[in-house]
Amino acid sequence: MADYDAIIVGSGCAGAIAAYELAKADKTVLVVERGNFAGSKNMTGGRLYLHSLKEVFPNCAEEAPLERRIAHERISLMTSDASFTVDFSSNEMLKDGQDSYSVLRASLDQWLAEQAEEAGADYIYGITVEELVKDGSKVIGIRAGDDEITGEVVLLCDGANSLLAESAVGFQRPKASTLAVGIKQVIEIPASVIEDRVLAGEGEGAAWLFVGDVTKGHVGGGFMYTNKDSVSLGIVATISDLATSSTPIYQMLEDFKAHPAIKPLIKGGKVLEHSGHMVPEGGRNTMPKLVGDGVMIVGDSAMMCMNLGYMIRGMDFAIAAGMHAGRSAVEALDAGDTSAQGLAGYISALENSFVLKDLEQFKRFPHFMESTTRIFNEYPVLVRDVFNKLFVVDGSPVAPIKRSMMPLVKKIGFGKLFKDARGGMKAL
Amino acid sequence: MSELHITVNIDEYLALNKFDVDEETAHIELVENPDMTEFLKLVRVCPAGLYRISEDGKTSFDYAGCLECGTCRIACRDTIIQKWIYPSSTKGIEYRYG
Repeated sequence: MADYDAIIVGSGCAGAIAAYELAKADKTVLVVERGNFAGSKNMTGGRLYLHSLKEVFPNCAEEAPLERRIAHERISLMTSDASFTVDFSSNEMLKDGQDSYSVLRASLDQWLAEQAEEAGADYIYGITVEELVKDGSKVIGIRAGDDEITGEVVLLCDGANSLLAESAVGFQRPKASTLAVGIKQVIEIPASVIEDRVLAGEGEGAAWLFVGDVTKGHVGGGFMYTNKDSVSLGIVATISDLATSSTPIYQMLEDFKAHPAIKPLIKGGKVLEHSGHMVPEGGRNTMPKLVGDGVMIVGDSAMMCMNLGYMIRGMDFAIAAGMHAGRSAVEALDAGDTSAQGLAGYISALENSFVLKDLEQFKRFPHFMESTTRIFNEYPVLVRDVFNKLFVVDGSPVAPIKRSMMPLVKKIGFGKLFKDARGGMKAL
Repeated sequence: MSELHITVNIDEYLALNKFDVDEETAHIELVENPDMTEFLKLVRVCPAGLYRISEDGKTSFDYAGCLECGTCRIACRDTIIQKWIYPSSTKGIEYRYG
């Protein structure tokens, strides 16, 4: 007889939701979180698409500690001296089930953990799980220090930098081309000033992505999300390519903050926190086996994350996967079979949900992004030059548009433009 | 190193964070005399700027400001990083915002 029906390693989006589902079904659950409180080791850009959390907690839009409802999507192409921005807003983005919110993990994760605790899950904080305990190939518990605790099933929800995934399902340390590093500063700015600067209504805000000079042409981009009375400003860059940069990532962030398009947005702001975290970006093709004997792997630790350049998702995957993992674990426990075969319901549940459908759909995109470096270099320059021709007036006679634009496009070449556009469409 | 563009004082930002540093044990260790090409990767990718090269070319690393992201582990665990574990229980970074 094991100490617990289920042991969950890590109380982020995946772990807390899985714990909630198991506790709600009257299973005994222990969550072991290495932070002193849930969220204290976690970081997001970040924006949460709320649909999957609503499925678990229908009233979460009112009850969860969300920052601002995202009412503006912005994308900017940047060179060091110019910036071209698309600003999209739509009532569709605000509708129930289609809405998304900026979030900060220290508050969000504590709320998620509270829901699991109230449903009956036991929690231990400030303890690092050092090892999975195994009987042959079957995971039967965890070890922290001298303590061993056993569970019928262990759910690994320990994030992008999982040190346990190899022992659990044989998942080798991922390659530097499949993970990105995120750097972020939370910058305090009064709520009304934020709303004025991003042209948002009360309680609403913007999700803003930047590509080009922000990473000095390296694979990645910048982001800004508006919180209630702060903004989250940062950069995400693929580790393998960043490792060749002449500018370290923390200097990129400093230069980004000084860019003429960003400086006025954060003027007078006070940096509250400087954070870093990894983002799995390799997509479906780099995911591990999702179950082993006595063990399931959920969320970032299973690389359930998607960066399409104009959209970054991970938390809504982790929440949905946590829900399915929790429910499938309940079924396996009821059937008395927590072998890999007994837990396989988790995989089919994910295959039938948006989680694996979306990751499968976009599995070619990571390679496209990585191999199409013109997105980060030549294209922002082309856009700058085109719009300089269009908007700048100096009193000299203006050449016909066709004559002024063609040389700019030819610099890159129609063939390459066509190839990249086609490649992008195929990968999306 | 002159080839690297660095003007920011990263320590001022790290000072804003809440840390409880484990003074007893380093949770990350490098090999002795690390290969410079590999070390330079870490200078570029570490979001806390903990891997540094002084003007006279000496390398240094201090785990005290570690954000526990694991980026250095992914970049160089098979080369110059010989140990990477999480800080012992309750120690390390504590995000107040995240």
